[in-house]
Amino acid sequence: MSETATPSKQSNGGRSSLAQELLVPVLAVVTGLLIGAVVIIASGANVFDAYGALFTGSFGSPARLVEGLQVYFSTGETRELLRAIYPFTESLVTATPYIFAGLSVALGFRAGLFNIGAEGQFFIGALCSAFIGYSLKGLPMIVHLPLALLGGALGGAIWGMIPGYLKARFGAHEVVNTIMMNWIAFRLSDWLLNGPMKASGFRPVTPNVLASAELPRFFPDPLRFNLGFFIALLVAYLVYWFLFKTTTGFEIRSVGANPDAAKYAGMNIVKNLVLVMALAGGLAGMAGSAQVLGVDHWVGQGFSAGYGFDAIALALLGKSHPFGVVLSALLFGFLRSGATNMQSRAGIPIDIISIIQGLVIVFIAAPAIIRWFYRLRSIKTEETVLTRGWGK
Amino acid sequence: MTNVLELRGITKRFPGVIANEKVDIALREGKILALLGENGAGKTTLMNILYGLYKPDEGQIFVRGREAHIHGPNDAIALGIGMVHQHFMLVPVMTVTENVMLGVEPTRNGMFLDKEKVSRRIREISDQYGLEVDPNAYIKDLPVGIQQRVEIIKVLYRQADILILDEPTAVLTPQEVEGLFKIINTLIKSGKSIIFITHKLKEVLAIADDITVLRLGKVVGSIDPKEATTEKLASMMVGRDVNLVVEKKPAKSGKPVLMVENLFVRDERQHMTVQGVSFEVREGEVLGVAGVQGNGQTELVYALTGLLPLEAGTIRLLNEPIRHTSPREILERGMAHIPEDRQRHGLILTFPVHDNLVLCTYYKEPFARGISLQEKAIFSNAGELVKQYDVRTPNIYVNVGTLSGGNQQKVIVAREFSRPIKLLIASQPTRGLDVGSIEYIHQQIIKKRDEGTGVLVVSSELDEILALSDRIAVMYKGQIMDILDADKTSKEELGLLMAGIHPSDNKKTK
Repeated sequence: MSETATPSKQSNGGRSSLAQELLVPVLAVVTGLLIGAVVIIASGANVFDAYGALFTGSFGSPARLVEGLQVYFSTGETRELLRAIYPFTESLVTATPYIFAGLSVALGFRAGLFNIGAEGQFFIGALCSAFIGYSLKGLPMIVHLPLALLGGALGGAIWGMIPGYLKARFGAHEVVNTIMMNWIAFRLSDWLLNGPMKASGFRPVTPNVLASAELPRFFPDPLRFNLGFFIALLVAYLVYWFLFKTTTGFEIRSVGANPDAAKYAGMNIVKNLVLVMALAGGLAGMAGSAQVLGVDHWVGQGFSAGYGFDAIALALLGKSHPFGVVLSALLFGFLRSGATNMQSRAGIPIDIISIIQGLVIVFIAAPAIIRWFYRLRSIKTEETVLTRGWGK
Repeated sequence: MTNVLELRGITKRFPGVIANEKVDIALREGKILALLGENGAGKTTLMNILYGLYKPDEGQIFVRGREAHIHGPNDAIALGIGMVHQHFMLVPVMTVTENVMLGVEPTRNGMFLDKEKVSRRIREISDQYGLEVDPNAYIKDLPVGIQQRVEIIKVLYRQADILILDEPTAVLTPQEVEGLFKIINTLIKSGKSIIFITHKLKEVLAIADDITVLRLGKVVGSIDPKEATTEKLASMMVGRDVNLVVEKKPAKSGKPVLMVENLFVRDERQHMTVQGVSFEVREGEVLGVAGVQGNGQTELVYALTGLLPLEAGTIRLLNEPIRHTSPREILERGMAHIPEDRQRHGLILTFPVHDNLVLCTYYKEPFARGISLQEKAIFSNAGELVKQYDVRTPNIYVNVGTLSGGNQQKVIVAREFSRPIKLLIASQPTRGLDVGSIEYIHQQIIKKRDEGTGVLVVSSELDEILALSDRIAVMYKGQIMDILDADKTSKEELGLLMAGIHPSDNKKTK
């Protein structure tokens, strides 16, 4: 994986080395963990216990892995081994929706649009996939699963396209509109889950999707690692290809970097705005689909757990580059997944991970802090233009 | 006469470049020192060192004979050094008074802003130096020339007596330049000393007491303006002899490529800025559009290139009407456009050189096949154009924003000229460029003309209009005053037309 995750030369035009590209993000993460350690000490806990639990929670315990391998080779019994790799696969499971949602926000940033609506698009995508997943019966998997995925993508795309169209046609700012679309999505899902889409029973949840619409899992329960992760990687590559290797991607990046010049060069700004928001919505929708079809198999209230909002931070951390997004999604996935273990094993509240994530984002957003902290020679890199301010 | 400011042996290195190498300059008290050099010669770096924004690697600074260590703008201000930046540092939605007091807000009773005191002081300064600035005006309502005076007031308010003016004339109309020169003279008379940074030779000769020329970060020499000529200064700046006169054969004009009839255009703020303009551009000729900036030239060009809609009238390009025609279609019909604001319209600064070179053709063979960009073709196109148009860039992969202004303009010229074109619209094609680049771009425009392309040049520099044009249209308040043959007119006649006065009837129109 790591070879493909090289930020491309064309991505930023400069010929800065990979090491330089990664220096600030890596230092930001390290610094975030260091300051997190201070907070842990302040709360009276043991840092080594805490971070040890974080590590085994996200990667698994090496000792256990060795043991699991020994058991497997001597007896052919896989249970120990599966238990050893469980934390690692869970991290990848957590990273999967992050990848999709992060790509969604990153794509918007590239076009100069701030898609705060990933959360709502995620919901809509999940609901569409769930609906197709449980309502269409008797289809073979080869038809049903792609249909369910596509339905989620389409639902998210429509949810994203509405603010895109409002912006292009009436100049309504996408930040405001995507936030509004989020609320509509939340309340819409409340209603659907309590009414039309409610499964029989007390809880406001949808019925389980049929097995033919589930993303295949690679290991027996409780391991939930599934095909969704690899689809996410494939989609990340497709987004990269689309942005940097196609004419439409060229237009989108042009519109994002300098809309005046894009217009001068004969590009259709309106078309591109709508297209990008639709694609971004589709990606966030797929995050929801992957979560339903691969992990939960049903949708309930509060289903998203903030993936769409974390995705903003994640896109920033990944410098709006698809491969950067994959890396930061993995980071978030491992942190989140490890944090659960940290809470249960070392008694550190899971919120500490939010603090660390927050710190990392601050450092990424203000690289000068990191440069100052580590006395780095300030390298003249162009600042990534994320969005063209508010309004206009 | 004493030196009020002296820099000795200043060296400043950036990774990979030496911006200044052992630079010595001296400013005499009460005099104007012109610091002359092409873009990238190290003028601005030097001034940033003086203003404390950069630390020199070697060398000393002496202010009034005493060595000074300047660690930031505050030190510089304390030493009486004030800087007027090329790009103004003003808050548009604030008044003149508020802008001037920013950073040094005086208070009454330790808590209330004493605007009254500041605006009184601004009036005093304004009267003393003939600046004519209203302290209560909002910056956004002021023309560029007055905004610059506000910058000067800011510096004077902070009691500077050494003024650094960084390319002060780059943004000014000819009239505003004259006004600025008057102000500079008043400042000198009251004992201020001025460093005047520029690359415009005539201004230097008009105003400087001493001239120091920089090239590639080093001092090439100092020269007495009485002994200097524009040719001599140009060759010092560029390092070779420069041909300031564009050599061209008489035009062989053919059929019209662009016909404009009774055109009306509204600007973005809905003002009707083009009011009934008619003209034509023929194959193989250059039509120059002269005029003080802001008389509708910008909107005229925007309408021709599809960036603004027409309000009334017709535009015909190669006999096909342009109306609700997209910029792309206009480009495809064979129009090339060197835009007035190259960084806003002409380039995507955060994109590499190679992408900027296909900004208008990226979707066509050989740069794209279907929707797939063909990087090989894009790179080799860039390689060839960079060589052919002498774009000075480390390679084709660097962002175009890292190039100097002249080289940025060459990228645009290379891109626009490499397509098959029938009509070239060049708007302020050499604004802010150095002598070497101006010479080059003028030659390229004439070359296009001689190949049979129709050319429309819009410029507020009369010298440029006269150097390039076969016929000259003068715009004033959105209308064309007259269209004259270039070899049958004079600067004086054009100047009057630019001011809205028709020499033949000898009275003001409108």
